Amino acid sequence: MSDIAIKVENLSKAYQLGDFSTGTISRDIDRWWARIRGKEDPFLKIGEANDRAIKGTSNIVWSLKDINLEIKQGDAIGIIGRNGAGKSTLLKVLSRITSPTQGNIKIKGRVASLLEVGTGFHPELSGRENIYLNGAILGMRKKEIARKFDEIVDFSGVERYIDTPVKRYSSGMYVRLAFAVAAYLESETLIVDEVLAVGDIEFQKKCLGKMNDVSKGEGRTVLFVSHNMGSILQLCNECILLDQGRVEKIGLPEDVVKDYYNKSVNQVSLFSGKESDIYIKQLFTCNSENEETSNFSHSEDINLRIVIGINNYDPIQNIGLALLTRDKRRVFTVNKALSEFYKAGDTEIIVDFSIAGGLIAPMNYSFLIALNTRTGLITYDMQDDICPVTVFDNGTEFAFAEGMDYGCIIVKDKWKRINS
Amino acid sequence: MEANSSNQEWDLEIKPHDTVFNLHLRDVWNYRDLLWLLVRRDFVSFYKQTILGPVWFFIQPIFTTIVFTFVFGNLAKISTNGAPQPLFYMAGIVSWSYFADCLTKTSTVFRDNSAIFGKVYFPRLIMPLSIVFSNLIKFAVQFILFIILMVYYLIQGNNIEPNWYILLFPVIMLLMAILGLGLGLIITALTTKYRDLAFVVTFGIQLAMYATPVIYPLSYLQEKYRIIIALNPMCGLIETFRYGFLGTGQFYPGAFIYSIIASLTIFIIGLVVFNKVEKNFVDTI
Repeated sequence: MSDIAIKVENLSKAYQLGDFSTGTISRDIDRWWARIRGKEDPFLKIGEANDRAIKGTSNIVWSLKDINLEIKQGDAIGIIGRNGAGKSTLLKVLSRITSPTQGNIKIKGRVASLLEVGTGFHPELSGRENIYLNGAILGMRKKEIARKFDEIVDFSGVERYIDTPVKRYSSGMYVRLAFAVAAYLESETLIVDEVLAVGDIEFQKKCLGKMNDVSKGEGRTVLFVSHNMGSILQLCNECILLDQGRVEKIGLPEDVVKDYYNKSVNQVSLFSGKESDIYIKQLFTCNSENEETSNFSHSEDINLRIVIGINNYDPIQNIGLALLTRDKRRVFTVNKALSEFYKAGDTEIIVDFSIAGGLIAPMNYSFLIALNTRTGLITYDMQDDICPVTVFDNGTEFAFAEGMDYGCIIVKDKWKRINS
Repeated sequence: MEANSSNQEWDLEIKPHDTVFNLHLRDVWNYRDLLWLLVRRDFVSFYKQTILGPVWFFIQPIFTTIVFTFVFGNLAKISTNGAPQPLFYMAGIVSWSYFADCLTKTSTVFRDNSAIFGKVYFPRLIMPLSIVFSNLIKFAVQFILFIILMVYYLIQGNNIEPNWYILLFPVIMLLMAILGLGLGLIITALTTKYRDLAFVVTFGIQLAMYATPVIYPLSYLQEKYRIIIALNPMCGLIETFRYGFLGTGQFYPGAFIYSIIASLTIFIIGLVVFNKVEKNFVDTI
């Protein structure tokens, strides 16, 4: 199983930005002339890293730059990165849709790529005809499709409509049929781009299950691009983080996903200069290693460090704290008397509030913190919607439904049959 | 382990540049099922939701023949070398429109299929090939019409004499196909970057018909023009087609051999250019 299925060496891909009309002929002639004389292409020399936020001086960008990878047979590889990091370009080059500018790729066995569901579906043709057509486009032989036809129809769950033109299908049925064809491809390597973001939850779960079978059960290599970290963590045994066309990190999915999150959002701290009896001096969230971060996996403790400045201590003083969802509803509220921490003469108290891992459902949250009296009669200081945190899925049972609202907490549920 | 990995055999190597003559024809062969399914798709989707269905294939040549017979035969009184006018025009129209359809449809193949080409790999040549074969079906239907008309005139005792040159018919069809395909491939390859050519094709093909002996026989022209018109590779093909079936006019061996050489040359150039462009056209279209 340690055989290498795909070997990528110094792979680079340059794109030209902007228009292709006026001036292209003269530029093409320049490039051609440079090639004739055996010189480097003058337009590739001035290329720069692909950062869409910064306006560059050159209109050549490197969408991929010096990628080196070795992918073993039977591996399930997740590819993650921000928009424009080069994920799709990498898949396109791997699936021969476009060719690299430099470097090369060596592949063992057949590669099937699924960059879009239903490529080549013809609206006028029936489901049956489209299965054959789509299968052939994806590289299957006709008798191969015929052999798997029943399985495909069964998986898609649209038996009743199989002889109806697909233009009369609901979009969900269309997607189901399209994915079903791809799911039964017989290739050593399967390349999948963010296609699971379609269809209903039940079907998404089915797709993920099928992909799991493909990689773990059948020992085929799977390359999978997704923004859905839960699926990546559930499905993949290795993960590649791309950033600006380069490989930022390769490793275990848990580590790489964590890195990605830490990279994507800047750490948050807050300084408040209020000079009331007690006031919030500083707030930030950190992990159990005391590192400032705003990204936590579902199973990790979330710590909120609160630095309280004290001018005038009173035993009725209280810390009120709530976790807010994105639409500002409270997940829960807690209260803690300041007296539990206070020692005489303190001018500053640093406390940690922790939410145990494994409870808060993957989603974005923020905190509301108030320094008040227990009954709320006096409010000394308050910060609303502060310290945004992202809880990401590291393989919960709801990973397939990432981004959907299935509640704010995941409970340890117990079930028992009562009648005998 | 080290030795093992360096000795591995790879099934596929993706490189920035390939040799010019590596046309991936084996790949095309592996995808032959797709070719037939695409031809089928074109044929089926052509008549879906129409009442007359494949009958539409007949209507275009019939009406064109009627109009040509009226305009060029009766008004302009252009010679047909003694052949019945409708038959003469239909021979020209049917074969010319096969060539013209192959050319115009393949000349936009990258643009028309950019969505699918951008999402999945299969040998790109399959698409233009499927166009050529789809048109062959259409041609076959129209050709039957032509044969019916020919048999009608034979029974009527008209002055037509099918002869042994009729055996060149498959060769003529093949040459028209590869000529149309070759030109189409060159044009589609160039239009990925420069769209201008696409505009030229749409009206150019109409004008080109008049530079081809479709509505007149080559012998009708003066000597000095005849050479110029014969430079058009389609000229030798249409003349030979008509001579074989109708026996009117004459066979021009020089023009025919020239057509063979020109068609093959254009076809090979088309293949090479197409093959070079197909690898990166997704980035520019």
